[in-house]
Amino acid sequence: MNNNKSISVQNLTKKFGDFTAVNSISFEVEKGEIFGFLGANGAGKTTAMKMLIGISKPTSGEAKVAGFDVYKETEKIKKNIGYMSQKFALYDDLTVRENARFYGGIFGLSRKQIKKKTDEFIAELGIEEIADNLVGSLPLGWKQKLAFSVSLIHEPKIVFLDEPTGGVDPITRRQFWEMIYKQADNGTTIFVTTHYMDEAEYCDRVSIMVEGKIEALDTPKNLRKQFNADSMNDVFLKLARG
Amino acid sequence: MKRFIGFIKKEIYHIFRDRRSLFILFGMPIAQILLFGFAVTNEINNVKIAVFDKANDIESQKLIQNISASTYFEVDKMIYDQKEIESIFKQGKIKAVLVFESDFAKKLTKESIANIQIITDATEPNTAMTINNYIGAILQKYQAGYNKTIQMPYQIKAETKMLYNPELKSVFMFVPGVMTIILMLVSAMMTSISITREKEIGTMEILLVSPLKPFQVILGKVFPYIFLSIINAIVILVMGFFIFGMPMQGGFLLLGLESVLFIVSALALGILISTISETQQTAMMISLMGLLLPVILLSGFIFPIASMPKALQFFSNIIPATWYIIILKGIMLKGVGIAVLWKETLILFGMTLFFIVLSIKKYKIRLE
Repeated sequence: MNNNKSISVQNLTKKFGDFTAVNSISFEVEKGEIFGFLGANGAGKTTAMKMLIGISKPTSGEAKVAGFDVYKETEKIKKNIGYMSQKFALYDDLTVRENARFYGGIFGLSRKQIKKKTDEFIAELGIEEIADNLVGSLPLGWKQKLAFSVSLIHEPKIVFLDEPTGGVDPITRRQFWEMIYKQADNGTTIFVTTHYMDEAEYCDRVSIMVEGKIEALDTPKNLRKQFNADSMNDVFLKLARG
Repeated sequence: MKRFIGFIKKEIYHIFRDRRSLFILFGMPIAQILLFGFAVTNEINNVKIAVFDKANDIESQKLIQNISASTYFEVDKMIYDQKEIESIFKQGKIKAVLVFESDFAKKLTKESIANIQIITDATEPNTAMTINNYIGAILQKYQAGYNKTIQMPYQIKAETKMLYNPELKSVFMFVPGVMTIILMLVSAMMTSISITREKEIGTMEILLVSPLKPFQVILGKVFPYIFLSIINAIVILVMGFFIFGMPMQGGFLLLGLESVLFIVSALALGILISTISETQQTAMMISLMGLLLPVILLSGFIFPIASMPKALQFFSNIIPATWYIIILKGIMLKGVGIAVLWKETLILFGMTLFFIVLSIKKYKIRLE
């Protein structure tokens, strides 16, 4: 396997009884790439993602995440990835710093490291004055940015973002994508699922899943050309309608 | 280990920053024990009774005096007409009427049989029963004193002796019962709610994606509640002891160990509930209906198991609380040790093991 490959997947399959949720998908993600993982609800995105982050065992096929095998080395995978879901899972009854301390702690970071990383992202977001406020009192957009920062606290090689912009206003979404770009420039691989087709345009490459299979995979530009469409939205609709 | 401490610290923030859980954890035990200890009681005190003394002779007067001299009864009214009885009960203040037949003293001395009718207001069956028993006891005592002076042949005298709880104090059964309820509530309900809460807000997913192993996550969630449950048990015991004079005949060590065993079984149940419920509300409803109600109704805490129908007896036998209450009463009231309680302990242990295995299995299935 090439060392530049952050994720490599071959014929990965997951079956629940007779139902095949993920049907032999294959793809590779480069280091530092922003990889968009698209698909309608129920297309198998979440199931595929769960296998990659090590909380669901594949039925067959092969996959390596950060160079580790998804069957045997899930513990190592977990240490090297960050994960953020659409629920922006921070604890509402903990302050920003306490959240950071907790999540840093479960990744085994020292107090000093946590403090350093926390101060860094607090300065970056310019939220010094609310760092000791309970997260519950913050607006949704702030929670989302914080959740992203906290998911990066252990400096993971890959970050998995599961519909990270759900329910957030366009301006905040734009700001959020700037954070993503910055992180990708630092060499972190970004694996992101989204519902918003305009966001698909921000990705370096995009894969579109339909009924458990990857039906298209390329840069947004090439996909538009290939499907003779004006936007990613059109590409998606053409694919989804078959 | 450092991760574990961090986890517990977080749990403690959760508990102490939430007024509701604080109230359930620390307010409930105290409120419950006080309620059960003072308000819900089978004992009677200063019950108002009326007397219809048709005889009005020396013996009936003596008896009435004896009754009103006791702290249990207060002769509120003398009535002189049979018709008054009905209206008196309807007013509700008088709980019992004592009717002496005419020529009471004469019959007692001549025929050695004299009748007293005790009429009680049975709209409250338990109270009526207790009043009946108490008056009966006073009469018996009087009779015994009377018999000393006049020797009568051939009579059977039943001498009752109440062991372990001679004054029939209800608090003696409420303290073990409340302890069981509280431990169940704190251990099972609170843990199931706190685990489903993490599911609801999405943090459980993050924890599962983190390097923490699933069992570490569960252990971290459960551990603070073991600690809090033990504190609660101690608070209840101390209150029972100092406020209500609950005896402690047996060993503290055994009591402690058995309590930990029961707490662990309740925790396992809490984990089990959290695996089958998606929201905090569901977890709470299942805990209340599925755990708390059976503990109150079927564990023998309030209603004796022996007088339940067979089907209910079966249910009462399969809930851990039943066995824990037997163990508690054995240790606290009878002062017996493991030599006597080994069977109950073994059953409780078996149940605990079963629930642990089941909850681990369920938890794993959920992860898949």
